[in-house]
Amino acid sequence: MSAPLATIRVARAFGPVVEGEAVVSAEGFSPRYDLDRWSGLITKPGHKLEGTNIRDKVLFFPTAKGGIAAGWAFFDIKHKGIAPKAFVFGVTNPVMVQGAVFAGIPITEGWDPPPGEAVRTGDWVRVDPGRKVIEVLRRAQ
Amino acid sequence: MRLTPEEEAMIAGRRGEAVRDALRYQLAVGEFFGAERFVPITNAHMMGDIEVMGDGGLGWLRATGARRARACVPTTTNARCFDFEHAARLGQDAGEVAKERELIACLREMDVLTTDTCINYQTLYQPHLGEHVAWGDTGTVIYANSVFGARSNFESGPAALAAAITGRTPEYGFHLDRHRKGTLVVRIEAPLDDLADWGAVGKIVGEKHQNYYAVPVFAGPGGRGGVPRDHLRRPPVADELKHLGAALASYGSMGMFHMVGVTPEAPTLEAALGGNRPVDEIVIDAAALERVYAGYDLRDRRATLVVFSGPQLSLFEMKTLAEAFGGRKVHPGTQVFVTTSHGVKSAAHSLGYLQALESAGATVLEGVCFYILQNLSQMRIANGWTNMISNSAKIVNIIGAHRFNTILRRTRDCVDIACSGRLS
Repeated sequence: MSAPLATIRVARAFGPVVEGEAVVSAEGFSPRYDLDRWSGLITKPGHKLEGTNIRDKVLFFPTAKGGIAAGWAFFDIKHKGIAPKAFVFGVTNPVMVQGAVFAGIPITEGWDPPPGEAVRTGDWVRVDPGRKVIEVLRRAQ
Repeated sequence: MRLTPEEEAMIAGRRGEAVRDALRYQLAVGEFFGAERFVPITNAHMMGDIEVMGDGGLGWLRATGARRARACVPTTTNARCFDFEHAARLGQDAGEVAKERELIACLREMDVLTTDTCINYQTLYQPHLGEHVAWGDTGTVIYANSVFGARSNFESGPAALAAAITGRTPEYGFHLDRHRKGTLVVRIEAPLDDLADWGAVGKIVGEKHQNYYAVPVFAGPGGRGGVPRDHLRRPPVADELKHLGAALASYGSMGMFHMVGVTPEAPTLEAALGGNRPVDEIVIDAAALERVYAGYDLRDRRATLVVFSGPQLSLFEMKTLAEAFGGRKVHPGTQVFVTTSHGVKSAAHSLGYLQALESAGATVLEGVCFYILQNLSQMRIANGWTNMISNSAKIVNIIGAHRFNTILRRTRDCVDIACSGRLS
């Protein structure tokens, strides 16, 4: 196994090891406020990721926004086959964690360094909750 | 986490599979946050409706109910996505109505009280200082922590239901003293005359500090005693604190605030901060408030949708709104929606407020919140709604995924807009 191109250490983590394409957002996230939970598209007008589909992505968000609904919403989108591979938060709230654990989607909180310096949208990354690291395996073409 | 002998027995399945799985799930959440133990709770409040749960969630609920899951503490439900009396007229899906009825039956079988209200803290249960509860939605949690001094994290639907089934919740976040101290100071230097003003304050503070663990301390102007109630025209009332909290939770994902001289853990600014050095000091004056109202794009200035919802209206808000409409009529082509709880609607009927609102042309829905109505995006398209005007800063924020253009206005302005059909 070749060495990762970059490594981010995370403070807290849940779930199995997954790999996927990174989507790095400069804006926070709520599945209730920002997401069309039928298509997987971020539809809130003006959201920095408006038009992005979250399916099978590793999503990097600096913050979580409001919303108790994430608890059921993550399970719902998993059931509909449009769930992301993992959530990577700078700062999150309990709802996101409760929702991800309930749906069995890996989730992490706290990052060093922040993804802005280490990972870009389109990069292929591995999330390893057990080792509390996120590794960049390939750069976007 | 350290487990008690009783919890060890639960994990071993001696109180059934449903209890075992609920506690396992709570254990995983608790370990994520580094919780050391569980704390017993006295009350749970959960969100659970077909719009948010979907077919997957309903399937899970069915299976969990079949394993004889039962709430072991009093457990109530949050606002849901249907007022069955109005579903057909709103063009909501009959198949989803049937699923919602099944979902409600499942919850009742689990001994959950399907009260369908997001203002349980005004209408159903008021926990005392230090009491541990497991509540969601966010507006209920921030009110419990801040105004009552009770202790809850944001507990999403499955988390609150798990807490109901096990009678406990992992001790992290706002269950711990260390997270309840103020982290920033907000000086209120504007007269706050309307619920929308309180929501606007929540928007300003929440947008600047999107952090569950940010705890703003509201104080009066510097050098003038520091107690907001001495500066405001009168001490804040429950509905004002409700709109402030709902907006802080919505824009900032915050779960707690203090108000010096008003909330129980803030007799003084120093006590509220508890030794923390504030990371920020925000001054909110009249100009800052006006910037919020001036910040909305009015598009074509048409006002075809005015909403009073998010949170549901208290009886006092129903009275104020009925008086504001006072014999006037909603403009033809404009629709007005008001949402409240079953109990408040019943009382509003007895007192004549309901008739006043309905004769003005408003639609009063019970047991729902506007933004979670099933089929809302399709409803928006079918009705040609673009602008949505509301006095709730929370709903102005959270309805975005349905592609409304939202505009916050003061309550009386909302009524004027509803009666004229025009934004100004």
